[in-house]
Amino acid sequence: MSFSAADLTAVGLTLRLAGLTTVLLLLVGTPLAWWLARTRSPAKGAVGAVVALPLVLPPTVLGFYLLVTLGPNGPLGKLTTALGLGTLPFTFPGLVVASVLYSLPFVVQPLTNAFAAIPERMLEAAATLRAGPLDAFFHVAVPLARPGFLTAMVLGFAHTVGEFGVVLMIGGNIPNQTRVISVQIYDHVEALEYAEAHWLAGGMLLFSFLVLLALYTINPPGKRGL
Amino acid sequence: MSAAAIELRLALAYPGFALDVDLALPGHGISALFGVSGSGKTTLLRTVAGLEKGATGRVVVGGEVWQDSAKDVFVPTHRRPLGMVFQDAALFPHLSVRANLGFGLTRSGGGADGVARAPVVELLGIGHLLDRRPGTLSGGEQQRVAIARALLAKPRLLLMDEPLAALDEQRKAEFLPWLEKLHDELEIPVLYVSHALHEVARLADHLVLLQDGRAIAAGPLGEVLPRLDLPLSRGEESFVVVAATVGAYDERYALARLDFDGQTLWAPSPPRPTGAAVRVRIQARDVSLATTPQHDSSILNSLSGRIAALDEQPPGRVLARLDVGGAALLARLTKKSLDQLGLAVGHAVHAQIKSVALLD
Repeated sequence: MSFSAADLTAVGLTLRLAGLTTVLLLLVGTPLAWWLARTRSPAKGAVGAVVALPLVLPPTVLGFYLLVTLGPNGPLGKLTTALGLGTLPFTFPGLVVASVLYSLPFVVQPLTNAFAAIPERMLEAAATLRAGPLDAFFHVAVPLARPGFLTAMVLGFAHTVGEFGVVLMIGGNIPNQTRVISVQIYDHVEALEYAEAHWLAGGMLLFSFLVLLALYTINPPGKRGL
Repeated sequence: MSAAAIELRLALAYPGFALDVDLALPGHGISALFGVSGSGKTTLLRTVAGLEKGATGRVVVGGEVWQDSAKDVFVPTHRRPLGMVFQDAALFPHLSVRANLGFGLTRSGGGADGVARAPVVELLGIGHLLDRRPGTLSGGEQQRVAIARALLAKPRLLLMDEPLAALDEQRKAEFLPWLEKLHDELEIPVLYVSHALHEVARLADHLVLLQDGRAIAAGPLGEVLPRLDLPLSRGEESFVVVAATVGAYDERYALARLDFDGQTLWAPSPPRPTGAAVRVRIQARDVSLATTPQHDSSILNSLSGRIAALDEQPPGRVLARLDVGGAALLARLTKKSLDQLGLAVGHAVHAQIKSVALLD
């Protein structure tokens, strides 16, 4: 007895979802974190709070509002329909959108802390050596924030792999579309297939431990930008 | 470049502090910005670099306008051809020394492979450090790398913000000769922030005195130091610096003859080549005055001159400025001696100089 074909499909889907989500999170989260780390705008507190919301909200709340917003009668749903994209709930792209929002704080917060820890002096030195703002960002700020990027990627990926509530709300349970590992485990348990559930649950436990072990070994606490 | 190649007219206000200067500085040599902490010297330097966005006014360097608030001109820092050396070196910790040096070089049109061949790398003695990480260097080595990094970006003005401040006394002593060497080789002007007069005495050609955000004096070192109307003359350490050349060396007594403005001084020194340029520091407290030549004194150096000005500093002290040949000396004496000798401005005197220090 080991993984069934359905299990493996769920694993593949989960990895695809987490990988794509992590890439998108870095693209969205990096400028957001840079802004949060350096701005003196009064909006900083509000934006920071919104980014942190998924940390405290029940996933069902986030999933519910996404369902409403992205659904056929929601504002974003109308927009995607008008653009010929159809509606996003119960599709893989819908799951990606939800995952990006759900895992946002796990990427933005380590990056913000890593950027905030870079002395202003470093960027000033870069400017006196003819580096423009973008040049200084990519060649000074990003390399100095490397531990923060590593933490952000690992946490963003692992947290997406581990989501369940949001998936149920907006993804449903469609094989190879939205049926990720956590949902597959739930199905096994519902059907009293404890042995099958053990394989996947045990695998998740091992994966999560190894990922965090790697993170804590490469990036010891205090250097992670957390 | 013309005599006043650097024009700085700048104003900047923070709560509790206001900078307001109008300076014309020469386009060569080291201009020291000197003052106590909080006098605005670092802020002034940062303003020249364009790092203080709130500053208004005009900055012109070598005919190039870097800032002119009246015409809404503000060249951002990375487009100003300057080099800046920060107090703490500010090397990039994620790059090797070689890559740190190449950072400004490549961005100012040079090739990164030029680092190893650059004369400044040899001048500052850092060729053997190229493959090291900044974190493994001593404070003095870091500062030398920081200076070379700034110079490799081909600046037209070098800004140095107390490059010795983060070093301990021994490192300072090791580092100063590098700066003096640089001073002799460098063709671009340098603005050098310092709160240590002995550094200024050794390095500066030009002195700007800052107090509470204002420049209270500016001019050649030899003209500003002997002034009696500045806070400099109030301290115990008042001194003048004279530029002299070695005229002869007496090996028997290990003394160098120093010539300046038609005057000669003898100073203890290791052997020196004739014709070498030296800086001589003469402290006011080491100069005493006599109305007749003293022939039976142990003091080697006696110069005749005239009292140019007197500043009474109660209680009981007087600082005299002497005109000796063309050079100015300071002498500290008591009010009692002044009265007993009946000295006044214009009187001829013999200055007995107890100690002369060669600065290098």
